[in-house]
Amino acid sequence: MATEAEAAGGAHNVAMPQLDFSTYANQIFWMVVALVAIYLIVTRLVVPRIGGVLAERSDTINRDIAAAEELKRKAVAAETAYNKALADARAEAAKIVAAAKADIQKDLDAATARADAQIMAKAAESEKRIADIRDHALESVTEVARDTAGEIVAHFGGSVDAGAVGDAVAARLKG
Amino acid sequence: MANGEAQSGLTLHPLEQFGVHPLFGGHEVHWYTITNQTLWLAIGVLCVFALFVVAANARALVPGRGQNAAELIYSFIHNMVRDVTGEDALPYFPFILTLFLFVFFANTLSLIPMSFAVTSHVAVTGILAITVFLSVTLLGFFKHGTHFLDLFWVRSAPFPMRFVLAPIELISYFVRPVSHSIRLAGNMMAGHAVIEVFAGFATILVISPISIIAITAMYGLEVLVAVVQAYIFTILTCVYLKDAMHPSH
Repeated sequence: MATEAEAAGGAHNVAMPQLDFSTYANQIFWMVVALVAIYLIVTRLVVPRIGGVLAERSDTINRDIAAAEELKRKAVAAETAYNKALADARAEAAKIVAAAKADIQKDLDAATARADAQIMAKAAESEKRIADIRDHALESVTEVARDTAGEIVAHFGGSVDAGAVGDAVAARLKG
Repeated sequence: MANGEAQSGLTLHPLEQFGVHPLFGGHEVHWYTITNQTLWLAIGVLCVFALFVVAANARALVPGRGQNAAELIYSFIHNMVRDVTGEDALPYFPFILTLFLFVFFANTLSLIPMSFAVTSHVAVTGILAITVFLSVTLLGFFKHGTHFLDLFWVRSAPFPMRFVLAPIELISYFVRPVSHSIRLAGNMMAGHAVIEVFAGFATILVISPISIIAITAMYGLEVLVAVVQAYIFTILTCVYLKDAMHPSH
């Protein structure tokens, strides 16, 4: 290797092979051939294939993401609908409760009024009877007082004038 | 090679490895002669074919190992063209990918011991850079006509400053192919030459452990340089292309 290199170096007598202009035509020719070969590989094979695969993959990913977003949107819509249904049901229930409460209140009011009326009637009756009883009681008292007064007078030996005793008792009771 | 040098004492020929020799005998290098460089160019083309056509043949929706690597490089360059140059530059993507694959495989294959560093030759990188320079310039004029010259007439600068900036912009524009090519060739050549120098020192027993460690470290660095230089060459092409597509600053 060394001898070969030295021989070649000696043949051109150039310290830096990079500046050996005799090889330039060769270098440039083969370099252009290599570049054209790589360019053909790139344009004919690499770009259609790998570019296609990458495009396909990004399409797939984008499609999947779009599908996922669509599903998420649907889920959100379903949740909204569910919440709305729940709120509606709550409102309906509240309405029913209010109506039931009003009904019960009405019934209660009516029953209370009826009961009040009955109580009033009973009270009035009772009062009448109490008044009767009181009247009777007064009459009885008058009678007892008259009898007692007559007896007392009789006991003292007086003649009992029923009419006079009755008037005296009545006068006393009034007084 | 090390043996030969050991026998002849410490003689370093770090640049010998870059010599272009006919592969099948003879000393003359005609334009059609198949040389060691031709061999490694061909191996580079075969590597492109092997990675992008054979390994990525399955075209599966969920990629395998080879297909994944091919797709990684493909989309890396695709995104680079799109991000640096813009959506409207995607028709030029095959050219950029070709350029990247050529430089990338030339750089990385040159790291195989006893191989040949194609991209260490200014003839190669120079033609690449000049091709990029000419096509980008022609494309600029073709797309924008004389408006392409807005590239040198910095409208965002104050008016008197534009006269100062114009020659600077012009010079920097024409220096582009030089820096573009020398950067790549210089990086490749320097790294390989340094490794060769360390290899030469390895024939001295006392220094050889240090020398071998240094070669190992340099090799790691060179792997990085090979990939990064391919990346830089490509992204600079994208930047130049962007100037042609959108010349106004």
